[in-house]
Amino acid sequence: MRKLTSNVQKLVDLIAMKRDTTNTYLLVILVVLIGVFSLMLPGKFFSTANLQSIAFQVPELGILSIAMMIALLSGGLNLAIIVTANMAGIVAAAILTHFIPESASGAVTGLVIGMAVLAALATALLIGILNGWIIAFLGVSPILATLGTMTLIGGLNVALTKGYVISGFPAPILFIGNGVVFGIPMPMLIFAGCAVFVSLLLRRTAFGISVYMMGSSEKAALYSGIHIRKTLLKIYALSGFLCGIAALVMISRFNSAKAGYASSYLLVTILAAVLGGVDPFGGFGKMMGLVLALLVLQVISSGLNLIGLSGHLPIALWGGILIFILFLNILRDRFRGTRI
Amino acid sequence: MMTSDSFLELRNISKRFHGIQALKAVDFGLLPGEVHCIVGENGSGKSTLIKIISGVYTAEPGGEIVIDGVPQPSITPAGSMKLGIQVIYQDHSLFPNLSVAENIAIRHHIGPGHSLVNWKGLRNKAQKTMSKIGVSFDPDRLVENLSIADRQIVAICRAIATDAKLVIMDEPTASLTRQEVDALFAVVRDLQERKISTLFVSHRLSEVMEIAERVTVLRDGMKVGTYEAKEMDDQKLAYLMTGQEVCYPSLTDDSIDGKVVLQVENLSKKGNYRDISFVLHAGEILGITGLLGSGRTELALSLFGMNPADSGQIIVEGAPVKLKSNQDAISKGIGYLPDDRLTLGLVMDQPVSSNIILTILEELLDTWKLINEEKRRTFIARGIADLSIKVSDPEVPVNTLSGGNQQRVVLAKWLATKPKVLLLDSPTVGVDIAAKVEIYDIISRHASQGIGIILISDEVPEVFYSCHRILLMRKGRIVAEYLPRETSEKELSQKINAG
Amino acid sequence: MQGKTGKFLKSTEFYLLMVIVGLSAILAVATENFFTLENLFDVLVSYSFLGIMAVGLLVVLISGGIDISFTATATVAQYVMATFIIRHGGGWGVAFLIPIAIGITLGSLNAVLVYNLRVHSIIITIATLNVFYGGLIFVTKGKWIYNFPDWFANGFSLFDFSEADGTLYSLSLPIIVLLAVLAITALLLNRTSVGRQIYAMGGNMDAARRMGFNLFRIHLFVYSYMGMLAGTASVVQAQLVQTVAPNAIVGRELDVVAAVVLGGASLAGGAGTLLGTVLGVTLIAVMQNGLTLMGVSSYWHKVVIGLVILVSVSITAYNRKLEERRHAQIDV
Repeated sequence: MRKLTSNVQKLVDLIAMKRDTTNTYLLVILVVLIGVFSLMLPGKFFSTANLQSIAFQVPELGILSIAMMIALLSGGLNLAIIVTANMAGIVAAAILTHFIPESASGAVTGLVIGMAVLAALATALLIGILNGWIIAFLGVSPILATLGTMTLIGGLNVALTKGYVISGFPAPILFIGNGVVFGIPMPMLIFAGCAVFVSLLLRRTAFGISVYMMGSSEKAALYSGIHIRKTLLKIYALSGFLCGIAALVMISRFNSAKAGYASSYLLVTILAAVLGGVDPFGGFGKMMGLVLALLVLQVISSGLNLIGLSGHLPIALWGGILIFILFLNILRDRFRGTRI
Repeated sequence: MMTSDSFLELRNISKRFHGIQALKAVDFGLLPGEVHCIVGENGSGKSTLIKIISGVYTAEPGGEIVIDGVPQPSITPAGSMKLGIQVIYQDHSLFPNLSVAENIAIRHHIGPGHSLVNWKGLRNKAQKTMSKIGVSFDPDRLVENLSIADRQIVAICRAIATDAKLVIMDEPTASLTRQEVDALFAVVRDLQERKISTLFVSHRLSEVMEIAERVTVLRDGMKVGTYEAKEMDDQKLAYLMTGQEVCYPSLTDDSIDGKVVLQVENLSKKGNYRDISFVLHAGEILGITGLLGSGRTELALSLFGMNPADSGQIIVEGAPVKLKSNQDAISKGIGYLPDDRLTLGLVMDQPVSSNIILTILEELLDTWKLINEEKRRTFIARGIADLSIKVSDPEVPVNTLSGGNQQRVVLAKWLATKPKVLLLDSPTVGVDIAAKVEIYDIISRHASQGIGIILISDEVPEVFYSCHRILLMRKGRIVAEYLPRETSEKELSQKINAG
Repeated sequence: MQGKTGKFLKSTEFYLLMVIVGLSAILAVATENFFTLENLFDVLVSYSFLGIMAVGLLVVLISGGIDISFTATATVAQYVMATFIIRHGGGWGVAFLIPIAIGITLGSLNAVLVYNLRVHSIIITIATLNVFYGGLIFVTKGKWIYNFPDWFANGFSLFDFSEADGTLYSLSLPIIVLLAVLAITALLLNRTSVGRQIYAMGGNMDAARRMGFNLFRIHLFVYSYMGMLAGTASVVQAQLVQTVAPNAIVGRELDVVAAVVLGGASLAGGAGTLLGTVLGVTLIAVMQNGLTLMGVSSYWHKVVIGLVILVSVSITAYNRKLEERRHAQIDV
């Protein structure tokens, strides 16, 4: 018995002393949640159908969260991610619905689809570059700059579509959002791809290290010879590009595009990032944390849905979990004696 | 030296933190109207002593504090203020977005216990306080629009607005120009006349000695002694502070190569400096000194590409260069260690490793433009070894290191770029004397490997002992050149301050 | 005196005023209806809601924080108030008291969390936004409320007067409430000790702590004030549209932020004036009203506002850059 308690003590010490405890907390919470829901809903929660459903839903929020995370790491914020995704989606949808004649051959359809995809990505990239330019070269703070572009692009979205939904896409493109490859939903593969790519970028390239250092202290990075402006431009361009990818997944899943999709997601991406250990002031945060956080959020939403308590309760719970984790962090700091 | 008419008396003061003895059995006395200075290395206990006097910390049992003849068993920050003790920290604790008048009179008109603001009364109080020491700022001016020196004076006004009997100042002359220091000292003398005691904590020994009547030296938490300022000089104090003779490394001319690495011709920049010309040889350590405001840092930044000059030429190893950004400068082999290590020299929250490789990220890439883990580790290990950086794990944040070690990280970062010219701006500010000497050692070692070094500093012993040649700048121009062996420390100091 | 006028001339408020005056002049000429009493009163009434919220947010921004949850607070307040007065009646006292109480409660919760969790208030209030809103929807299942009692529908007003052609004008409920809020906040920010402490804390929190200001109490005050104003604004909005819906207010947080920021408040804290915020809201109101009167489809309004925000913040940022370069120069 004593050995057990001393081992538990050692484990607690290990966890408490580990510099970055976020991932551990999240993993524990995730396991607990999955356990609880599996017990409450035997056979229903831990089923292929449900797991696949989760895997279908995470990527939309997920890719957008990666877009937000990049901005947060650099010490900024990208409030325009949703409108960027929407505009990219609208552009693609417009092309998909207007350029395919009734009797089009497979090749022509394929070509148009290709154009639509490229157009969506290009649009999102351009908006990202615009943001980056305003922030890097005009020196406007990221919150204000993206607040402005969010209003502008959001307005354009509504103005161009007059609020109507554009729908009815050719079948092949629906695969992006709804297809399954070896049992894994296509969107999940895309999300995983984005996560791995960005993670690699952040950890193993000069760009990535510059982002972290800039996020912690832009001045010191500047004096060390880092191209602050170029890096900022790249950050927001990448953030925008990811929104374009998210757009393709979204419109393909819903077989439609409209202004104002996913508008409630904006704040949730920030919540997911912070939950995942991203420091809102910049400089710290890992992809694994974000992925775990997203899984936690989705498991809650899915579990509650199966119980029948859907609607907005999951969102309330998400907020509650974030506050809980922040509270745990305070306790941990006090325990470690590093309280400021 | 304790007399019964001391304003403040501390007896047998000790303080312990987590097993570290910060202060041990310190006795200290202060007379009314006295100007007194406390000196000591980092970790000597000076700031702990101040915090005990101002009530932020409580001394261990057994210590006694007597203020104005009345024993004080325990002091709180609010309590110490009521007793007339005011502390002015380095950041002045002013509110930049409020006016001068509000800042000065704030304790009397704003805060718990007041509901409505009596603006008229507030302005009156501010005006009266300012005239007490003969200053007159525009009472409605926002403090953020004042210079650092003026802000300090506003802070002093605030202190005496509350009938202070003791004003404690933490590093008051850092970042002040000579004129501003004079103005500050005039105010201090005024306080003296009103029998208000002043207690300085400062690193700037020569300035300290100008104004202080007595000096107390602390070392390792214990009081070494209290001395009359007029009997002290830099060297005596340094010896008392460290307990050892400070031995500057002897400099030989052997390291100097005939090759000219840097040549500057008639460099000018409006409002910064004018007609700067000099030559730097490989292996040479050239000192540039002068008071704050002489244009030294501006010149250095121009050589580093961050402050492009209007006219003139910069020639690196015989080839003229145009430096429009610091990336240009780095690619031409010029590196710069900023004077503000904490905000400009290092990214404090990030690991030592990331800081060291920050300047040479491109060199660690392999074919896929990814950072090669092997190369990265080797580079970091080499940097740490080369500069004897005392750190157990390179992934710890750099703000956990001591000042001296932090500066070594900065050096490692720049030496990694294999520079031809290294610009060091006030490289040992805030570093203990022993650590300073070690850094001079590192500098001269690397000079002898063929780098040309420019050492910018306003610490006279530093330039005197560590440089082969010294240039004196005043008001943006080079006014003189000295060879250390042909002059003396005292003479040099006089020439610098003569401006 | 010269100094004070000179300072005003260079301030954000002055530029805003000039832009508004300029715009108004153009609109007065370009449209026949802009500069009519009827139109101006209409605009005043429709933007009173935004104005009250903006004033609350201003106070939070000055203190160095931000609050994104006020829309949820307002919605919760509306629901409780509406349910109560429909079931129990009560009159205007109750109609205002309940939302104010709720606003203060939820605001205090924000304050406690922001002060103790040591994370930036934007994160905390994003979380509480979700908690408040999600909780509300869960309890109410998103039902709309619209069967208000008659006295609520009629509102109240002072100073009726009529024009020659018989049109009736009065200082109706929204306008009265807005003016009251402006007056109280002006008093708060400029003449009370608490108000100056808020500025002080926003300017240098460490100094405020050292000065002995009770930071927790100031936090409590600031976020409760925002909550109180959110509650107040929710009554005004409910009275105007005579319905309470879950997503009528939520989602417009950033509109309010935009108005306050246009008015010169800094997201970093310590800066911002009531006049600036009023002008910021006025600018947005005049712009939108102008666009409507000129027949521009409402779809394009946001585009114009977005452009104005971008231009305005760019100019501010660029000016700041130039200021920094005009640093202390040495007398060479």
